[in-house]
Amino acid sequence: MKRLSLLLLAWALALPAQALNIFACEPEWAALAQELAGDKTSIYSATVGTQDPHRVEARPSLIAKARRADLRICTGAELEVGWLPVVLRESANPAIQPGQLGAFEAAAYVTMMDVPTRLDRSEGDVHPGGNPHIQLDPRNYLPIAQALAQRLAQLDPVNAASYQQRHASFHQNWLAAIARWEKQAAPLKGQPIAVQHKGFPYLENWLGMKEIVALEPKPGMEPSAAHLATVLGKLQTQPVRMVLRAAYQSPRPSEWLAERAHIPSVELPFTVGGDGVAKDLYGLFDDTLTRLLAGLK
Amino acid sequence: MKHYLLLGLALCAPLNAVAASDEELRTLRDELKQLKENYQQRLEQLESRLQQAEQRAAEMPVAAPVAQVRSEPAASAYNPAISLILAGTYGNLQLDPAIPPTGFAMSAHSPASQGFNLGESELGFSASIDPRFRGVATLALGAAGGVSVENAFIDTTALGNGVKLRFGRFFSGLGYLNEVHAHAWDFVDQPLVYRSLWNNQLGEDGIQLKWLAPTDTFVELGAELARGRGFPGSDRTKNGSGAGVLFAHVGGDVGASHNWRVGASLHQTQQSDWQSAGVPDLLGTPGGVTDAFTGDVRTGGVDFVWKYAPDGNSSSTSLKLQGEYFRRQQSGLLSYNLATTDSYAVTQSGWYLQGVYKFMPEWRVGVRYDQLDPGTATVGALNAANVISSYGYTPRRTSVMFDYSPSEFSRLRLQFARDQSRLALPDNQMFLQYLMSLGAHGAHGY
Repeated sequence: MKRLSLLLLAWALALPAQALNIFACEPEWAALAQELAGDKTSIYSATVGTQDPHRVEARPSLIAKARRADLRICTGAELEVGWLPVVLRESANPAIQPGQLGAFEAAAYVTMMDVPTRLDRSEGDVHPGGNPHIQLDPRNYLPIAQALAQRLAQLDPVNAASYQQRHASFHQNWLAAIARWEKQAAPLKGQPIAVQHKGFPYLENWLGMKEIVALEPKPGMEPSAAHLATVLGKLQTQPVRMVLRAAYQSPRPSEWLAERAHIPSVELPFTVGGDGVAKDLYGLFDDTLTRLLAGLK
Repeated sequence: MKHYLLLGLALCAPLNAVAASDEELRTLRDELKQLKENYQQRLEQLESRLQQAEQRAAEMPVAAPVAQVRSEPAASAYNPAISLILAGTYGNLQLDPAIPPTGFAMSAHSPASQGFNLGESELGFSASIDPRFRGVATLALGAAGGVSVENAFIDTTALGNGVKLRFGRFFSGLGYLNEVHAHAWDFVDQPLVYRSLWNNQLGEDGIQLKWLAPTDTFVELGAELARGRGFPGSDRTKNGSGAGVLFAHVGGDVGASHNWRVGASLHQTQQSDWQSAGVPDLLGTPGGVTDAFTGDVRTGGVDFVWKYAPDGNSSSTSLKLQGEYFRRQQSGLLSYNLATTDSYAVTQSGWYLQGVYKFMPEWRVGVRYDQLDPGTATVGALNAANVISSYGYTPRRTSVMFDYSPSEFSRLRLQFARDQSRLALPDNQMFLQYLMSLGAHGAHGY
């Protein structure tokens, strides 16, 4: 008994100081958590920037990480519906189940776009809560960061002042960055574009770009050659400046179209880590704009 | 800023003025004026931008969740998630599938079907019951009509510390494929080892306890106590449990592209008067005889699965490699032709190895090799002249499949198999299959 308690004591001492364990479903939320709580927490991102966020597997490592998480930060709006429920169930961690303090869903704090009026699987992979790719409008991060800072303070009251302070400075820097990006992106306003997947409505809304056509016949369906030919036909009457795709997507449909329509095919990082430049949230938008502006030339 | 600039220019100006002519001074003055106007303009622009930004920040919604307007009545909001799997196959086989693999006539046998048939259609319900429990039920729609309860269990959700309790009717956590529902199999049928040793899948009525270790590497330990309803157990009507299972799983990632899981399991049960018809014997009785076995059945197994996707992006290409091995020891009493009873012991085993490669979005190809070892039985003296102790044959099968999944909810499959599981009765088999999922989006396990 005595030996056992000594062992337990040694084990307790060997544990590092109790830092918040954060489980981020997507890299953009890991990056935001880094901005708000970098030194006070241990952050794990379940997906990497080169991964299709719709198709993630409930890998054993995710279950192990979720088991110890104090807070999970996910997009919500059913983006993670294909894998997160299994991870949450298998993790047997009551703290991060839906509705708990340890469950943070970013989509709850922004105005959702493309909320479907008709729910039917014949419409493809539509999400009842609206388009979940909210990470491409920088203005969305302001309310999300505010809510997240509050949540961090609730979970870890000892460091509450630090979270508030870091949030205040993030807020200022982010506002200044938005102003800078908006100025830089002025030439993109009103430009007609095509997209491979309907993953950019928030970016288009922010920059005032006009989506003329999507290459996927329905969200989540691979475009067939016949469908691409139809899209090409439409571009004869309604020309676009470029075709956009996310880094995780196959370049083939975009490049097929770009070659025939004589427009640039632009690959965007889509999230933090989508390419070598988008290393943090600022890099994500810097790089996205650089690539979009290069597409105009 | 403006003032410093002017001051700086003013300080510089006298130094230059010494050598400058009137005309030069005028140009300088004009330039200065222009510069001043430029800066004034840019400052004003910046100021107005700042004002706009501040105004916008003030207008930003305070972190209040956007209320989702829901039109459905409250009653339906509490209904469980419902999913319906519609599946069917067309099988083209040269031989009667009811003939069991050589040396496994005393196993339960669920043969493949010929012609058109409603395969593994099933109806699933699941929902949280209260903050502590979650319930799941899966009803299998029988090909010949009728509905059977495949799964009906309760999970605890709030025990914490990585502990989970499940009770009811469930698929045992042993091996890798045992918990996978038929609609998620990578081939039309189960490997021979599952078909022969577990009657496709071990389903139990009982209780399961799982514990997930608080480590970065996935370590899961599990134990089950059950009625012994599923083969190789035999249903009983008495107190206590009829079967026990222990299992352990370990898994993790290697970089972003690879992930894996390995496992080991032990299963123990007693068979009581397990009768098998049509068992071949040394006397060569036409149609075989009916034998009964009573005794202990112990099975151990190991399993692994390894998945690869470039950069973790499995939507365009991925590779999945998996294999399992099970070894079963049986010892007890055998009643030959339900008449002559003496001791009987045998060790049988089997394994499979399969790879499934997604070579482009929506398309996959897979290969599987299956093998069984019927073992050599130790037969008591009374039955030495009746029971075949060794068949001297290794049942095996090779299968190749192609499937096409237009979406996450639909899949069409073509499978060919060269089945040599029965001595001197090689069979070429062809299957066509559809798997469609309606309703709630069921997230799949690993």
